[in-house]
Formats: sequence, C-alpha cells, structure tokens
Amino acid sequence: MAPPSNRRPGYSRKAQFGLFATYVLAIGGALFAALLLVVSIVDPKGFNALRTAGAEITAPVARFFNSIRRSVGDLAENTSAYLDAASKNAALTKEVESSRQKLNDAAALKVENERLRSLLGLIEESGGEGVVARLISTSASSTRRTATLSEGSNKGIEAGQPIRGPEGLIGRTISVGPTTASVLLVTDADNVVPVMRAEDGLPAFASGLANGTVAIRPINLGVNPFKKGDVIVTSGNGGLYPPNIPFGLVLDKSDDGAIARPFADPARTPYVLTMPTYQPEVVAAQEGGEDGDAEQAE
Amino acid sequence: MNNPIASIMRPRRSGGQYQSRLNRTQSPARMTVIPVVSVLLASMASALPIFTAGPLLPPLGLMVFLAWRLMRPGIWPVWAGLPFGLFDDIFSGQPFGSAGLTWSLAMLAMEIIDSNAVWRDHWQDWLIATIIIILVLFAGLWFVSLAHSAPGATILLPQIILSALFFPLVVRLCARLDSWRLAT
Repeated sequence: MAPPSNRRPGYSRKAQFGLFATYVLAIGGALFAALLLVVSIVDPKGFNALRTAGAEITAPVARFFNSIRRSVGDLAENTSAYLDAASKNAALTKEVESSRQKLNDAAALKVENERLRSLLGLIEESGGEGVVARLISTSASSTRRTATLSEGSNKGIEAGQPIRGPEGLIGRTISVGPTTASVLLVTDADNVVPVMRAEDGLPAFASGLANGTVAIRPINLGVNPFKKGDVIVTSGNGGLYPPNIPFGLVLDKSDDGAIARPFADPARTPYVLTMPTYQPEVVAAQEGGEDGDAEQAE
Repeated sequence: MNNPIASIMRPRRSGGQYQSRLNRTQSPARMTVIPVVSVLLASMASALPIFTAGPLLPPLGLMVFLAWRLMRPGIWPVWAGLPFGLFDDIFSGQPFGSAGLTWSLAMLAMEIIDSNAVWRDHWQDWLIATIIIILVLFAGLWFVSLAHSAPGATILLPQIILSALFFPLVVRLCARLDSWRLAT
C-alpha cells in the first residue's frame, strides 16, 4: 500500500503548524527519554519505585498463570510417578538406607564444626526464619536477568537478601514492593558471587553470562585448576551469601576459568527461600566504604 | 419453521433492531482504544510466568507497536514512541528510558522512510521492522552495559531470529484487531 501523502496537510496554516509541532514534540520526546536514560544509568535504583509498581499491578495475573502452570506440571509428574512406582519404591528404600548413614556422619561433622567454630570465636548472625515465596516471572525479553517473587515487604523481605531454591542459589533481592520483590538472578552479568570448589575450597568468583550459565574465575589467576564435573558451592566471602549453598556444576573449561551451570533453574523452581544476610555488618561496612554492590567490593 | 426452539436459536441483530442498517459509523472510542491497549498489553507480556535462561522472548510490545505503525501510517502522532516506550520500560527490566529513546527514534526513522518511499508492501514492512528490532535490541544491550556489566552481543541472536520470524504473525494479529476496530 502506498503511504498517504500526508506530508503537507493542505493550505491551512494551523494544520501545517500542528504537523510541525508534532515533529518538535517527537524530537523533544527522544531527548527527554535520553535524559531519563542517563539518570537511570547514573543511578540504576532511581526508577525502582515505578518498576515495583508495575510488578505489583501485573502480579495477580502472573500468580494466576503460574498456578495453572504448576498444576499442569504436577499432573504430568504425578501421572508418570504412578507408572513405575514399584521399582522406584525399591530404589528409594535402598537410597534411604545409604542416606541415613551419610546423615549420621553429617550430624557428627556438624557437632564438630560447631565446636571448632566456638573455639575460633566466630559468631554467626542467624536472623529470623526465611520466607518461602514463589517465583512468578522472569525478564524473558531483556538481557538483564531478573525474576519476580510472589512475596514482598508484607512478609518482611528486604532488598539485598540471598534467595535459594531446593537445588541451590537463585540470586538476591534488589528491590522490594508491598507484595512482590525483584530478584537479581545469579545468571545476570552484574551478579558476582564468591564461590569455591566443593572438594578443596579453591576460592573463585562466579558472574553470569545471561544465557543460563555462569563464568567461574579463580582468584589466583594464571592457573586454571577446574575440570569438567567440579561442584561449586558458595564460599561465604563478602558476607552476603551464606557459605556452602550448592551453586553449580562445571560444564567446561574456559580460557580464564570455567563455565558452570547453576543447579537451581528458575523455570523448575516453584518455591524459593529467602535467607538472612550472612554477615550484615561486613556487608554494611563494604557498602559504606565503596558505595557499591556488596560482593563487588571484595 | 414455527418450532419454538428454532426461533430462540435464530440469530438476531444485537440490540439496535431499529437502527439504520445503512451508513453506520465506527465507534470512535474503539478505533482509538484497540491499538493503544494492544501495544500496552503486549508490553506487559514479560510479566507472565515465562521462564527463560537468557533473553529469548521477542520484544512483543515493540513488535505490536511497529506492526500498527507500518500497517496504518499516521495512526499515531510522531511523538507516540515516547509514552509507549516508557510504559514498556516499566515491565521489560531494561534501564528506564531505554525503550522511550529507541522507540521515539524508530518512530522518526519510519516517518523519514515513509516520506521517501514510493511504494510499500508487506515484504518491505517486514524488512523495516526487522532492522528496527535488531537496532533496538542492540541499543538496549548497549544501554544495559553502560549501567551494569553486560554479556556479549551474541547473546541476542536467538531473540533476533525469533523476533524476525514472529513479526508476520504479529502483523496478522494486528490486522485482525484492525478489522474488528473498523467494523461497524
């Protein structure tokens, strides 16, 4: 279809000026948006209130669809669980036996750990109970990897709390609304998590690659000790994330470290748990000193 | 058929039985509201529980916006990119003002293309929309990288391919909405 030739709306001066005014408005609008962009780049948290309001408005719809998604998923899982119930039962019984043994060992280790810690004089802040919430959406079209939680300040969630799922670390809250909270996922490039290799405590950092994987970089550059299949857990450095939360599995070696896949996939994690900040005073000191993100001060 | 049930089932004209069947006009409210609401709803689609590992969901708000603008040049004033873009920024997770700027520039670019184009068809519209979507996505990534650390540009490839393939469908949807919008 040929575009209508509405460039010159007749001989009316008023109409011509009106058209001219829309162009002026359009260019002014672009400049205004550029100004807003500069403001939000300088102060990324500046427009959080607007964004929180948006999340609050859409949360009921997201909750509704999320419950449908989960019940459909549960249905499929329950049906398939019935099909091989007998063999699974036998396998599980065997597994319980071996797990019980390991549990006893772990209990003994825990007692020993506590005794050693008390010897060292470490005091752990174990703030109140965590809050169980649901992940109701992710930023599916943006390169920023954030998710929305179904609970907010009504349940006492604060900005800067670690979030974990049953399988491992999910991320941390960055802004909190009345009934929703925004979570920066570990796969976001901005989220730097202090981690270590589970078997020998080799310290490293993880930062997201925004495609569902994270890059692991050892603190001691020059050597690249990672190998495929290494298990990565949080190290507790920096004071934000508690130590020994399962983090990810190394998929491949890279030039300066490794590529790992986080254990916790937001798509398969219906429920998550907010945890208190591991060492709030350390985080507070770092934020005061650098005025930046807690773990980046490390 | 004097069967009473058949007479109940017989389709009737809704309400205005005594209205004129000729020379009816469209409802002006419906004509303005349908395109606007469709863009706003598409912008809010990222609030649905769609869990992706990376940026994969096409920028639906932008695509519906472009589809309307390319299908009906002059449907919105040139400055319409700003309000629609700022609304999209609330839900997309990009730095606030990013879509406000890029959509405004897209609107101006389309105006310039319109003033130079001699003839337009669907393929050309598809090409224009794809180029604009690619530029907007890369600009969005660049804005993110100014504010935070950001991944490399290859991360956008799946989203770009998906958006380009998805655009004709969005045009079809908007055309359906358009025929409903202009129905009397």
